[in-house]
Amino acid sequence: MDILSKIRAADLKGCGGAAYPTADKWQAVKDAFGPRKYVICNASEGEPMVFKDGYILKNWPAKVVDGIIVAIDFLKEHGVEVEGYIFINPEYAKKFGRFLANEIQKRNAPISLYVKPEEGGYICGEESAILNTIEGNKSEPRLRPPFPTQKGLWGEPTIINNVETFYHVAKIAEGTYETVRFYSVNGDCKNPGVYKHRADRTIKEIIAITKNWPKFDFFVQVGGGSAGEILNQHQLSATPTGAMSLTLYRTSEWTARELFRHWIGFFLIESCGQCVPCREGTYRLYETINVKNPDWKLFFDLLDDLSETSFCGLGLSVPTAIKSYIKNVLLNAELNIKDADKEKIKNLNFKI
Amino acid sequence: MKKLKIKINGKDYLTDPGQTVLEVAKKNGIDIPALCFHPDFPVKGNCRVCSVEVKGYKRLVPSCATTVCDCMEVRTETERVKKARNMNLELIFAEHIEKCPNCIWRFQCPLLGAVKKYGVKLTRFRDRKGARKIYKFRNAVEIDGSQCIDCKNCVEACAMQQNIHYLKFAGKGSRQEIVPRQNEGFKCILCGQCALHCPVSAAQEQSEIAAVEKLLARKKVNRATHPRLRQGLRRGEAAAYKDKEILVAQFAPSVRVTIGEDFKMPYGKDTSGKITAALRQLGFDYVFDINFGADLTTIIEAEELLERIKDKKATRPMFTSCCPGWVNYVELLHPELIPHLATTRSPHIHLAGAVKTFWAKKMKIDPKNIKLVSIMPCTAKKYEAVRPEMKVDGRQVIDQVLTTRELSFLLKKNNIDLARLKPRETDDPLGRFSGAAALFGGSGGVMESALRTADFLACGPKAKLCRAKIDYNEARGLAGIKTAVVDIAGSKVRIAVVNGIGNIDPIIADLNKFDYIEVMACRGGCIGGGGQPIPTTDEIRAQRQQTLYQIDFAKKGFRRSYENKGVLEVIDWIKKNKLEKKVLFTKYHKRNY
Repeated sequence: MDILSKIRAADLKGCGGAAYPTADKWQAVKDAFGPRKYVICNASEGEPMVFKDGYILKNWPAKVVDGIIVAIDFLKEHGVEVEGYIFINPEYAKKFGRFLANEIQKRNAPISLYVKPEEGGYICGEESAILNTIEGNKSEPRLRPPFPTQKGLWGEPTIINNVETFYHVAKIAEGTYETVRFYSVNGDCKNPGVYKHRADRTIKEIIAITKNWPKFDFFVQVGGGSAGEILNQHQLSATPTGAMSLTLYRTSEWTARELFRHWIGFFLIESCGQCVPCREGTYRLYETINVKNPDWKLFFDLLDDLSETSFCGLGLSVPTAIKSYIKNVLLNAELNIKDADKEKIKNLNFKI
Repeated sequence: MKKLKIKINGKDYLTDPGQTVLEVAKKNGIDIPALCFHPDFPVKGNCRVCSVEVKGYKRLVPSCATTVCDCMEVRTETERVKKARNMNLELIFAEHIEKCPNCIWRFQCPLLGAVKKYGVKLTRFRDRKGARKIYKFRNAVEIDGSQCIDCKNCVEACAMQQNIHYLKFAGKGSRQEIVPRQNEGFKCILCGQCALHCPVSAAQEQSEIAAVEKLLARKKVNRATHPRLRQGLRRGEAAAYKDKEILVAQFAPSVRVTIGEDFKMPYGKDTSGKITAALRQLGFDYVFDINFGADLTTIIEAEELLERIKDKKATRPMFTSCCPGWVNYVELLHPELIPHLATTRSPHIHLAGAVKTFWAKKMKIDPKNIKLVSIMPCTAKKYEAVRPEMKVDGRQVIDQVLTTRELSFLLKKNNIDLARLKPRETDDPLGRFSGAAALFGGSGGVMESALRTADFLACGPKAKLCRAKIDYNEARGLAGIKTAVVDIAGSKVRIAVVNGIGNIDPIIADLNKFDYIEVMACRGGCIGGGGQPIPTTDEIRAQRQQTLYQIDFAKKGFRRSYENKGVLEVIDWIKKNKLEKKVLFTKYHKRNY
């Protein structure tokens, strides 16, 4: 069986968050015409509370490099040159860059490390922003179509996958693949860390197995510390999504306003500035929430604008945590949350 | 090709595949506001003001970046669209500090227009860019960070179109701003393409309106206090008031085919007569046509060309020097090319020089009492006018330069509707012009005009018999680089026309393949200049250029500059008075900024 069939048989989906079928992506790049093709390993891991890629790079750098080589070999054919990049955040480059370079050198592979600029931040992990960054342009996402599979780095077809995806690819290639995922568990809990578990575990099970089930009331942010959805403690029987992070919040320690400020503050700093709803919207959201009596109607109008007209996933995901928190925690009748802003938000009756 | 059928707001439209929703809507008269979109550049989709609803899509989509497909159903005026559109307009308006009362763009600003049209709320957010800097580039162009709406058009004009790379974004998110890169070794050539592509006039010319208004106000007072002046000066009367200021205006070859657009006239309409009338109505005593200057420049340049062709040791190729953006480019970035530049001054400097010497003498007016305002398509001309090399007897020959846009604003502010004015003739004797002069307004025009006269002059006394060539189609059109080999009285001359400074590199790399090269910094030449009406797109540039060809063609039998007797008289007079160096030629220097 060729590698593509093996990946398809393993039903591997991208582990960066979007869960796009890996085999489909690879097929598209293979089919696209180009004398040069690129393979990029996304090791920028900029989402708060997600640490799994760092964990994999620390423990299995060889596997990640092997996975990239599998992709390079897959794309290589007569008349097509293939080159690989590991797009890595500065912290990881410092910690694990040496090991990666070592493994690359050992295998004499055409892969180079590209260290994400210090000021690049979160948006630099978006795949088309990676392309812009490597090409020396401003780090901001590109319009789609064309997709990177058709016109990626320097306009050539490009595979961009996450560190964990390449790890799994290497395991598939050598025949040792197990359907596991890497979960970052953290927040208000006793044993924070990255854990490897079967892919069919529910959120509840993971928290319990890792001995993190708290004694107090809590809610969980699933799939990323900024863009992840909020679930209350009774909603945890599904499998995790996105970047597979589970961040626990002690309900009594957070007011709605603090949480909103926390999330929006992150997006405000990390917005690349390209489109109006995200650049201006996050700025005005922060401004709106940071006064004594916020104009909640305006606040939610701004959130709607972001989810309707943002350019990329960053802007589109700004409302996710806030809206799901309101729906699943703040206004959940069973939980009976006490919060100064609860009534005002409730009275607005906005659609979630 | 199979047509696609799409529905917009419930109505069916047939369209070609590959078009965007915005294009189809525009073509069919459906108004979708769009701020960051400009046909000169690839779609960016960052203002999100053109968002529309498309059936089957979860979210709103930017119509500029959405390609139509068969059976697509688009809605542009639903509550959802209105809500998002108004919010985005409100957000943009909140980052744009309104300086509308003094803004020369206020009659045409698409942002202000959309905000008014859609009744957008404007008071919910505080201004956030109050402390942003205004970057001034010499006396020509400025970028006001407090008005910038981050659409990136200026950066693309500077980098993608002009290959100058002087502007960039610094920082990110709400902290990002457009900054010049002079510390990184990049230089601004003052072409003003940033201003031509800015939707909200954050990048704009450094306005000289206030100075011109002052001149006009002073004139008004003078007229009021001198009863005989009340009707305006008639020719020959000026001498009697020689201690008073005489206001002279002159307008460039390209302005006549562009300014009408600001007054809802069709693209490329010839408005020479109306401009003359408008300038008189504003209060100028005399109005001259820079086409006369263009004829003068042509003759001087053609003579220089012939000299350089004859003299084997002369520096070749010779570059045209009419375009001040190009001259800046050479002086700042390629000083080694300075010997190649024609030493001939540019048409508006030539004409102004003639006004302040020949004409002043003839009219018995002290040149220091003549105030001359030049109406130009260009921002770099503002800098050219104050260059010390251009002075005559220690005085600037041109006192103020207004761009086409500035003149439009001045007229609108004074309630003068250009479209309704009765055409008037420009003043003699500096008013008559040949067909060739009109061509100066577009790419290839200087080349064609100079070749006509050079060929004619090279034929010598037998000119009438040798049937010198008139039309040089090789130089025409909007291609980026145009090359040809032409015959001038038996010798082969290899020519190149560079349409837009972004196309210069291959020509500089291959200099010795040419004898004579025209360079215009702006795409299309002056008709696409940095001071021209907005929008300027390739479609519009082509129509403007076409009108120039028509003006030329209509001058049957008078299509060579050398046939302009008025110009020959002026040149004779200048030569007799030994003023050539002062009025006709100039010098260039290596500069740092």
